[in-house]
Amino acid sequence: MAWETMQTEVAPPPVHDPDIEIKLDARQVNFFYGDFQALHDASLSVQARKITALIGPSGCGKTTFLRVFNRMYDLVPGARASGEVLLDGHNVLSPDTDVINLRRQVGMLFQRANPFPKSIFDNVAYGPHMLGWSKQRIDEVVEESLKDTGLWNEVKDRLRRSALNLSGGQQQRLCLARALAVKPEVVLMDEPASALDPIATLRIEELMQELKERYTIVIVTHNMQQAARASDFTAFMLMNQKRSGEVIEFGPTDDLFNRPRDSRTEDYITGRFG
Amino acid sequence: MSLLLVRVLVDRLVGALVVLCVMVAAIPVLVLFLFVIIKGMPGILTPGFFTQSPHPQGVPGGGVLNAIIGTLEIVGIGSLLAVPVGALIGIFLSEYGRNQLGDTVRFISDVLTGLPSIAFGIFGYTVVVLTTHHFSALAASIALAILMLPVILRATETALLLVPNALREAGLALGAPRWRVTLEIVVPAALGGIVTGALLAMARAAGETAPLLFTTAGNDILQTNPLQPMGALALTVFRNALVPYPNLQDQAWAAALLLVILVAATNILARVYVRRIQR
Repeated sequence: MAWETMQTEVAPPPVHDPDIEIKLDARQVNFFYGDFQALHDASLSVQARKITALIGPSGCGKTTFLRVFNRMYDLVPGARASGEVLLDGHNVLSPDTDVINLRRQVGMLFQRANPFPKSIFDNVAYGPHMLGWSKQRIDEVVEESLKDTGLWNEVKDRLRRSALNLSGGQQQRLCLARALAVKPEVVLMDEPASALDPIATLRIEELMQELKERYTIVIVTHNMQQAARASDFTAFMLMNQKRSGEVIEFGPTDDLFNRPRDSRTEDYITGRFG
Repeated sequence: MSLLLVRVLVDRLVGALVVLCVMVAAIPVLVLFLFVIIKGMPGILTPGFFTQSPHPQGVPGGGVLNAIIGTLEIVGIGSLLAVPVGALIGIFLSEYGRNQLGDTVRFISDVLTGLPSIAFGIFGYTVVVLTTHHFSALAASIALAILMLPVILRATETALLLVPNALREAGLALGAPRWRVTLEIVVPAALGGIVTGALLAMARAAGETAPLLFTTAGNDILQTNPLQPMGALALTVFRNALVPYPNLQDQAWAAALLLVILVAATNILARVYVRRIQR
């Protein structure tokens, strides 16, 4: 059937421009939960200091794909991945990867804000403290990270108060500050705004635009408008007949939304299914 | 309209039924509690009850100081043995115990929970008393520690399992190794439950009599050395309740009341503490 041939056409667009820096390069990633294949030959080239969005219907493997990038799937018994995910040329999936170090380089923001039940300060300071940085440096990093996420003015007078008293949007920005405090290079975001109100969502999107000056961002989103508004590149994913997720189309966001090459992409973005 | 009336009636009926059930459950406990208070008060108010050890029969006065010190010390040492071990096993079960070893530990712990408490006494007797040729408070502490162990480890495991996985993921995603996430994030988040479990286990151990009979064996003289036999409140109740002298029977009631107060105080302490850290 034409399925396989179509699949090979969707290989990442070859990059020749020397100005383009590929930060994360996933090549033919196959992912399994036990016997179930959750990703089939998924490839994606994430450019440095750009925002790359993963869109697609529920269950298409977006989150699974995202969790391959920082090996969060290690926690799931029976989960394994094949293929290559190159972070600055080094294969993240190889067994000799230092996962601890990898996760420092590749931070993550989750679907629901998950601050530690500690003070605001201790939340942000957790990573730096773990890395054994000096107290003075930790103080600086906490302030810097909170400023980067626009929280500093809101919380600077109550840094020692529990983080659980913050609003949902503030908690999510605190989690972002916590991730930024260990100075990652890539930030993975798993539907970071799905539990937030529109204003808090806008705040997160604005932050992403500011942060992409310094960080490479990969975001999973259910919300096509969000992908269209906030991202530079978009990958559209879909389940194949075996319920494995595949990357159907990947390209600059503008092209994907305005001139989709694949009819399935067009059907999805025009709301015909999904 | 009549349908509404039926609903209101059913609502009232079910409400009354629930209140009735609560009363059926609560009244025996309250009666027991009142009974112990009324019967125990005279003994507790006797001068010297808290400050003296028992006097020989026929000599007026005397208290249960030996038993108070004994109970505190025996349960204290037992807790020092059981709480760290139990908490560590609980952490293992919750964080690393999704396997054969974990299931085995869980099974053994459930069996221990169901064991009659005198079995712990016999264990203490065989393992400690017979080998040291000596009754000792330490033997009782060891027996009680084993009795407390399953309560503590199950409470710890339950408390840790209640910690949302999102917190573990957050820690790991920051590049923290698993042991640090466990000790620095998961355990503090579950501390309330762990402390409550430990205190409840202590309260239960304080009220046990059977594990003490063959281990510490009782002592009417004030003794603070855990390698020697010691008195204990539960033993005072057991012994004095069986003698025909009214003043000693009063002392038994008073010791029972004191035990109830100790256990209640421990429970209240646990609740207050948990409420404070959960805020």
